[in-house]
Amino acid sequence: MNILVCIKQVPDMESRFSPNDAGTWYREDGLVFRMNDYDTYAVEEAVRLKERLGGEPQVTVLSIGADRVAEVLRKALAMGCDRGVHVRDAQASLKDPWQIASLIAAYARHMRFDLIFTGMQSEDRGSAQVGVLVAELLGYPGVSTIVDFAWNDGVVTVSRELEGGLRGEVTLGLPALFTCQLGLNSPRYPTLPNILKAKKKEITVLLPETLSEPQPLVSTLSFRQASRKGTGIILDGAVEEMAEMVIDILDERTTILRNKGGLG
Amino acid sequence: MKILLVGEIREGRLRESVGELAGFSAALGAEAAMVLVGDTTQLPLFDGTLYLADALRYGQYQPDLHKRLVLAAVEREEPDYIVLLHSSYGWDLAPRIAASLGVAQISDVIALADGAFEVGCCNAKMRRIVKPHTSKAVLTIQPGAFPVLQHHGLPPVVHSLATGTGMATSLQFSGYRGAGRQVVDLAGADVIVSAGRGVGKKEQMEIIRSLAAVLGAEIGASRPVVDAGWVEHSRQVGSTGQTVAPKLYVACGISGAIHHLAGMKQSGFILAVNKDRDAPIADVADLTVVADLMEFVPALVAKLAGRRNG
Repeated sequence: MNILVCIKQVPDMESRFSPNDAGTWYREDGLVFRMNDYDTYAVEEAVRLKERLGGEPQVTVLSIGADRVAEVLRKALAMGCDRGVHVRDAQASLKDPWQIASLIAAYARHMRFDLIFTGMQSEDRGSAQVGVLVAELLGYPGVSTIVDFAWNDGVVTVSRELEGGLRGEVTLGLPALFTCQLGLNSPRYPTLPNILKAKKKEITVLLPETLSEPQPLVSTLSFRQASRKGTGIILDGAVEEMAEMVIDILDERTTILRNKGGLG
Repeated sequence: MKILLVGEIREGRLRESVGELAGFSAALGAEAAMVLVGDTTQLPLFDGTLYLADALRYGQYQPDLHKRLVLAAVEREEPDYIVLLHSSYGWDLAPRIAASLGVAQISDVIALADGAFEVGCCNAKMRRIVKPHTSKAVLTIQPGAFPVLQHHGLPPVVHSLATGTGMATSLQFSGYRGAGRQVVDLAGADVIVSAGRGVGKKEQMEIIRSLAAVLGAEIGASRPVVDAGWVEHSRQVGSTGQTVAPKLYVACGISGAIHHLAGMKQSGFILAVNKDRDAPIADVADLTVVADLMEFVPALVAKLAGRRNG
């Protein structure tokens, strides 16, 4: 069995973002990049299935992006994937979901993967499109936002996360594609021996133009900080003084401390 | 301009989101039709053409069939935009429609921007203005971003919609499951102290618990904290957990993902404690303290306790 996991490298979301020169996306200088959170669950699920089936399935991990994405491919290999594919594309962060999905599908089409895992969305763009688009382009059944994955002799039963604590249960055969929601499993931390082993695993580098050259379907006109809609007070300063001020404000604006104040 | 709205049902019931779709249509000033795979006995209050397919025949989650039904309605209406809610139904179905039509999709629209659309990115801290290149486009709109449009009273004009089920995939939907009995009902609490990813590690939950104790509060949590197992699932606040509106909501280390805000923004007074002053939680908070939780919360607890004893 052949499994594909698609991962993205994204900046830490606590970073301060500023627009690039074209004003279409963030400037990368000074940002710390890591594996997209959702994708860590995709990697973990693929590796768990491989382990469960005695190591037989071959797990390929693919990422599209600049040289820096080799770091997340190495991490996925250290988590237990067998080989990496790096579609080296310095322009990837400017491509739209349709272009990214077309590149993945062009690679996956002739590899005939039985099972594909992706994250349900990226933390930076957050379109939640790429995985489902890949399924459509390949003609695979695809199920998004899974929080449970059960394997039973080639038949897969998954739970989709719906709103309000509800789940929907879906059963299907292979081939299939799943997009993974947070909480699907507990992604492992690579151990030192596995990090060392991963250094010997192969990463194939491909150039995007050898796969597909789709035109963008959307363009970004501008990229900016979300303007603060809030009219709330912001306190910044010494902790002791802020604690006093918070108590004063709560006293004035809520009845909570008055009620509890009765205790003492 | 013509738009086609895609309604949705869940557990056999029509979703209230139909009103938000109509509100979006009104904001756009468009002529709207709606397509729904639903219950033929529960028509949406929608003043216009309704293309209706029976969920008993086409299922509640059969994405391939639902896609084909929407495409059949697209063929009849030739809309400029096909609009779904950015919900677990909408984000699953929208890319399938866009791929079949070979058109652009814009996800999670929060506002109109002069022929283009405003969307959030980077965990809602940043915004983009995005424009489709294709003559048609698929849009998903953020829940809560557009006001619900009240219906005028006329029932929809219903056209029944059908497609062959012969080529349906092997995919089977076997039903809904609840997240389990709500062990903790946060809806009744006057004060909730909620923990987010910023708490850092499980041991540091003790600091959050000490604040809850001194305020007589229930503990709540954002999704990453529940996923990490620091707090039980029944205390999750947000669109995939409970919706709460206490008199005081204290958000500790919660950045304010849209799914969390949906569950708590109606609270009477919101106090946020966060290191990142740009975090979206500051948009809904009445008071934001920019500080390290591990320093600020113990200081606040000490002062509150001192006041109680003093």
